[in-house]
Order: sequence, then structure tokens, then C-alpha cells
Amino acid sequence: MPLALRRRQQEHIVHIDTDSQPRILHYGEDFLLEDLPVGTRVIYPKPPIVGLPNPEAAIRHALHHPLGCDPLHAQLYPGMKVTIAMDDISLPLPPMKTPEIRQQILEIVLDLLTAHGVDDIHLIVANSLHRKMTVSEMKRMVGSKIFKAYHPDRFYNHDAEDPDGMVHLGRTDHHEPVNINRRAAESDLVIYININLVPMDGGHKSVTVGLCDYESLRPHHEPQTIIESDSYMDPAHSGLSRKCERMGKIVDEHMNVFHIETALNNDMFLSPMSFLAKNEDHFTDKDWAMFNMTKATLRKLPRAAKRKMFFQIPANYKLIGCYAGKTEPVHERILRHCFDQYAVQVKGQCDILITGIAFISPYNVNSILNPILVQVMGPGYFFNMYRNKPVVKKGGVMILTHPCYDEFDPAFHPSYIEFFNRCLPDTKDSFELREKYEQEFAHDPNYIQMYRRGNAYHGAHPFFMWYWAENGRKHLSKIIAVADNTYVPEMLGWERAGTLTEAIHMARSYMGRSAEITMLHHPPIFMSDVE
Amino acid sequence: MKKSGKGTRPAAAFYDMDGTLVKTNLVHALLFQARNQQGILHSILKTVQVAGSIPIFFLTDMYNRSVFQERFFQSYKGESEDRLRFLSEELFENVIKPSIFPGAVDLIERSRNLGLKQVLVTGALDITVGPLARHLKIDDWITNRLEFVDGFATGRLLPPVMASATKASWIRTYAEKEGLNLQDSYCYTDSISDLPMLSVVGHPAAVNPDFRLRSTAIQSNWPILDLT
Repeated sequence: MPLALRRRQQEHIVHIDTDSQPRILHYGEDFLLEDLPVGTRVIYPKPPIVGLPNPEAAIRHALHHPLGCDPLHAQLYPGMKVTIAMDDISLPLPPMKTPEIRQQILEIVLDLLTAHGVDDIHLIVANSLHRKMTVSEMKRMVGSKIFKAYHPDRFYNHDAEDPDGMVHLGRTDHHEPVNINRRAAESDLVIYININLVPMDGGHKSVTVGLCDYESLRPHHEPQTIIESDSYMDPAHSGLSRKCERMGKIVDEHMNVFHIETALNNDMFLSPMSFLAKNEDHFTDKDWAMFNMTKATLRKLPRAAKRKMFFQIPANYKLIGCYAGKTEPVHERILRHCFDQYAVQVKGQCDILITGIAFISPYNVNSILNPILVQVMGPGYFFNMYRNKPVVKKGGVMILTHPCYDEFDPAFHPSYIEFFNRCLPDTKDSFELREKYEQEFAHDPNYIQMYRRGNAYHGAHPFFMWYWAENGRKHLSKIIAVADNTYVPEMLGWERAGTLTEAIHMARSYMGRSAEITMLHHPPIFMSDVE
Repeated sequence: MKKSGKGTRPAAAFYDMDGTLVKTNLVHALLFQARNQQGILHSILKTVQVAGSIPIFFLTDMYNRSVFQERFFQSYKGESEDRLRFLSEELFENVIKPSIFPGAVDLIERSRNLGLKQVLVTGALDITVGPLARHLKIDDWITNRLEFVDGFATGRLLPPVMASATKASWIRTYAEKEGLNLQDSYCYTDSISDLPMLSVVGHPAAVNPDFRLRSTAIQSNWPILDLT
């Protein structure tokens, strides 16, 4: 097909021509500006869906017209025990402007509870085996009024390692143990406030993962479940979702869960950085000036300062859907909104997939994107953001751009350091890692204390992150990192190139001169519906 | 719990005491003894004397832990052994027990569940450590011991004096005697003066560390625990 015609096929798909502008790729805390080979297909996210004009009214409507159960007010009575659980700081990314959606929902729900004489209320951050949120992060999440009223006695992080804090609800017919936070399990009503940014989140995963312990997480946070997911971002074909649903049914047998799910648009970048969401061919002079100025400023700053600066810029997300009620019907509805925003139609697979890796992932808010997290973003999440089939063909090559610095946050990711330096040199095989090391890390008393009393991810967490990229590793013949560091890519089992041009030459030497190249232009994130 | 990927020889967890498992330090114990002298006047006099020595203790500790200990234990000179032992339970109940860090009990419990032998290696006195070790169900402990002549403290310590490198050396000898695998063993302390003891095990950890130990732990990728 002539290039001129191909360029106009779909708004979110651009084919690079001889007169195309160079493309911006994320490179950790920096950016690359690269001329891509003519014919390269660049996939962009859809523009943001316009947010609901009155989010508060939408939330109230959802509470009063729930799916599959009585309205919230009809379930309340004086003296009852209520637990409100909510997603942790891993959602949304980057953290949204305040007042964020959890605060907006909480204010309405707490008013309702108070009006009905309910005063035994606990707010729990459903952080699962993620790090506990810091006090300032918790305050930002719910606003100072709620924070002052509930923290620390009635607003706290879930502790999966509290020996007295967990309850065994039963086992699924596949023998998966369901252990849940005691306070939630013993409440008359659990209200779960969810933010759905990617389709993997929400539904039964909210309670069964967010409020569980290591023993309950093991059955699905493991390599075989990932292999059985095609992909784990597509709930209909996800082994992970199937297992969470099985466990969720046990939760529903024992607990009354009122689920509030929300979908946000993808309006990720506030004004000075809004050019990042645009097609470079449509850049104005002002956009290029802003980009050049940002790049020049970043060049002069140390990495920690750049990171700090980026984390100070909140996202401009707007609510596009809110439903409440029983977990399954609510999740089904909210997924439709998610796919409306995030799914883009893509025709045909490519041989070489290029993607930039930014400074952020769900697991390093206010921290460093260490090598294991770079890995989870590349062959992990970005590879898995598809329905039907992957964007890149079986045996294809993924090129990712990130400096791959050997830098870890000792307070947030202590077990990652040992995983990277001790386990990976021994083996990169997920099954072997799980068999040989995972339990040792999970039960390490140091990592448990750092998780419980500090802000560390659980000792087993780096293993889950490694399994997350299992399908990408198996599907791709090569992963090439355009990186500054030479040994980190090697440690991860990748090849390294100094520039994108060099990486493309390397990839073409494996895939042939006529290899089809596709670039994923994110963030904002999107999912490819590949025909 | 079988520790996969590790050797079959048993291992241990070695703990410093003051500042690591409990909030108190040597001075708290000494002040308690000073406050509980026979006779009010004697108590006041001794307390003032100890309080006045605190800056000197601080400075000598900054300079060298062994010099500090030599100077510090001089303060016990003339104390009766009977009285020190008599007051030790009271010292534990009133001073030490309330100052056990909340995370310490959990840490020891989990460590014990992994099959690790629990060992206290501390520069505190045996009379102070015994009740705490029994309370925390510690398997073994090595402490400093005062020299007594005719039932009264001379102000000197009996060898080996537990401080800095001596602790590390004792751990090596102990591990050899008990057949412990130091590579699989853990060690916890709050002070840079215990760096040698951290360096002999495979799993060193800084607990509520001072600035210098925190920096060292960060540089060495050792876990930093906050048990408070």
C-alpha cells in the first residue's frame, strides 16, 4: 500500500514517511528523539474520553443504583462493623491531581455511613504484598480531613504478615487457600473502592489479592499461571483472572462485599508536558520548544532530581465511569469503559517492536525504576497489552529504550537487590527461581520486618515481577535494550545497543531487511486489539 | 521451614542488645543501679556522679568502644555482687522490658521458626542480659562480666571483653564449636562499632542504625530494619 494512503488509515496509527517528524521515546527520566525507518508503524493511544461533568453525581448514582444487590444505604444499620478497603498507590499512574477519586468516593460513602449511625469504620489500604504507603502518601490519597479523623487507628495499611491479622476463609475446588485480612473478613460489610487503569485490575482481584497474604498469592502469582494467560491484560483469556474469580467466590460466600469500581480516562499529562501525548507530526512550534526546553533542563539535572520533578507532576485523569454493587457485574461494566478508552485496533503483527520505558511503573511511585522493574514494564506489561494476539510475531524482537542503570531503592526494594545480584546470575528460569529461592526470600525475617515496619515490598515481590515477563521472554527471540549500562541488560538476558539505530540494525540482522517495525507510543498506555 | 538453596548445616541469628532489641543502653542500667543504692544520700550522690560522667562516656564511645567500656565499667567499682544480682530482675521488669522494641519479638520469633539458633552477643553485663534473654527465649548469650573480689566489683571486666572485633572473633569460635554455617547466619546491630560482627555472617542487617552504620548498610546493600 502506498505510504501516503497508509498514513491516513486510522487516526491512532501513523506510518513513518520520508517527511515524517522524529518520534519521542521515553528513556527513563530522559527522552530520546529518533528518526525511525520509513515504513515504521507508530501506534498512539486514543485521545482522552471527556470526563463525566459531575463525578459526585455519578458516584451517588452508582451507590443508589447498584448492580446485583441493594443500594448501599439499604445495607446500613447502626452498630454494624464496616471496612472500607481501597487500592494502593500503584493506581493510578502517575498519581492523579487532588482531590483524587478515592477521596471523592470516600467523602460520599463516609457521609452516608455516618448518617445511618455507623461508627465502627476502618479504612484499609489494600496493598497486598506491595510496600506500605507512607503517612504523607496516605494523607494525599484521602485528604487531610479524613486522614485526621481516621489515621492511624482506623486508617492503615494492610499487613499480610501480621500473625493475628489474617483469617483463612477456605479453599477453592483447586485447593487454592483464601486468606483475607481479619478486620475485613469479620466486618458486616466491606466496601471496596477501586480504580481501574488496566483491565488486569479490579473485579475479584481487588479483595482476593489486595487483602491477602503470601500463601494466598502463591497459587496465581507464579509462572505457569502467566503462561496460561493470553494475555493477563485480557480477563477473558487470563489464567490469573480465572484463579482470582475462583477465590473471589469463596470470598463472596463468607463476606458481604460492596464493590465500587471506577474507570478513568487517559489524560495523563498536565499542561507543560501535554505534548507527550501528541502525534509529533502535529506538534506546533510551541510543542517543540517545550520539548527541547524540557530535554535541555533534564540534561543538566541529576537523576534523583529529575525523578523528584516528574513525581511532582500529577496526572489530569477524569472519571469516565463509576459502578457499584456485586463484584462481577460491576467489573464487567467498568471493563467496557476501560476498553473504550484504552483499546486501539491494530491490523497485523510486526517483526520488531520498539517501546520506550519511562521512569515509572506501578511498583516505584516516588522511587527508582530498578532493572527488575524495567524488565516488568518491557517484556512484562507492554508486551502483554494486547487482545487476540501480541503486537509482535512469535520469535520477533523487542527493542526497549531505558538507561538500565544499576540502581535500587534500599528502603522500598531491598529484596530486589539480592534477587538481582544473587539469584539472576544463578538462573533466569522462572520455575527454577520459584523452586530454589522464592520461599527463602518470602520467609526471610529481615524482609518481613522491612515490609511490616518499613516501606519495603515483600521479600517475594521481585520473583512475581520476574514471572510477569514470562510470556514476553518465551515469545520473543531477542530483547535489545538501548541502554547506557552494559552489564544490566546482560544480567537480564538481553542484548544491548548504544543507540536506537544500532538496535534496529541488530534486530534487522536477525529478522531480515524487510522486517516490519512497530513502535508503541506510550505512555499514556493503550491496549492493542490485534487482528 | 527448609531454606532452599542453602547448606544443610544449622545456622544462627546473632543479636546485639542495646539499641538493637531494646531502647535502653548501658547507661540506663547504670543509672538504675545508682538510683537504688543503699540509703537516699548514697543514691543521690551516685546518681549525680553517673549523670556527670555521661558526657565523658559519650566522648570515649565516639573515640573507641573498648576505651569507653573500660571507663564505663569503672563506675561499678565497689558495688556488691549480691545487690547487683538482687536488683537485676527489678531492672528488667521496670526498665528493660518496657523498652523492648515492638518488632524485636516478631523478628526473633520468625527467625526461630526458620530453625536458626538465637544468640545474643552484647557488651552489656550478664546481670542485665539474663532476664531479657530468658524472656525472649534466646538460646545462648555472651555478655561482659564484672570482676568481683570478695563479693565487690573491682570496676574491671573479665576477659573476653565483648566489643567490636571481639564480638566477631567470639562468633567465629562459637560457630566452629557449634558447627554453624556463618554464610547462612544472620546478624543484627545498631552501631557501626559492631561492623566486624556484621561482616562475618552471610546475612548482616542494620537495625535502627546510627548514621555511619546506615551509610555503610546502604553502600553494602544490607537490609535496614526499623523495629521501633
